[in-house]
Amino acid sequence: MSMSIFVCFIRIVKGPTMSDRVVALDTIGITLIGIIGIIMIIQNTLAYAEVILVIAILAFIGTIALAKFIEGGVIFDRDRN
Amino acid sequence: MIEIVISAFILLGAFLSLLGSIGILRFPDVYGRLHAATKSATLGVISIMLAVYVHFHFIEGVFSGKVLLTIFFVFLTAPVAGFMISRSAYNVGVELWDKSTQDDLKIAFENKEKNKKKARS
Repeated sequence: MSMSIFVCFIRIVKGPTMSDRVVALDTIGITLIGIIGIIMIIQNTLAYAEVILVIAILAFIGTIALAKFIEGGVIFDRDRN
Repeated sequence: MIEIVISAFILLGAFLSLLGSIGILRFPDVYGRLHAATKSATLGVISIMLAVYVHFHFIEGVFSGKVLLTIFFVFLTAPVAGFMISRSAYNVGVELWDKSTQDDLKIAFENKEKNKKKARS
């Protein structure tokens, strides 16, 4: 899993466009959920479940916000006629 | 017996996640990378969280609804995020790979522009 995050970092540093970096950041957020799940099994505790939920929600909202941002900052199309 | 099932789920999840990352590194354009990111990594994380759920349900005897909620949430939101990135990348003008042959969204955009011009005149 840490190798997976490392490969995503290579793509973030190298990525030719902004969209590549957003894709790699989204994948890092998803992989982080898996790492915390494995930590839950190793330490044999259920205390990190809220952490996983918050990371999932933050990764989703951050990805949506970045996608809107690189599109130009306009949330809705106001071009009605 | 149940440890074997948990270990199999964890190994499968880690392998799929690594496969998704290698796909992100190796594919030639943004739209191919989105396939690797949203499908493979999502399936890997779902498999690992299933292992966590099975571990706490059958060994510890604790029912954890939050882990199941995490599986549901990841399964629901990852394709939506991929779709949003793809559409914004197309609107901002990221080019396709020069060997890809089909561009359906371009035809749709041209039809939209044509209809707009027709409505103005």
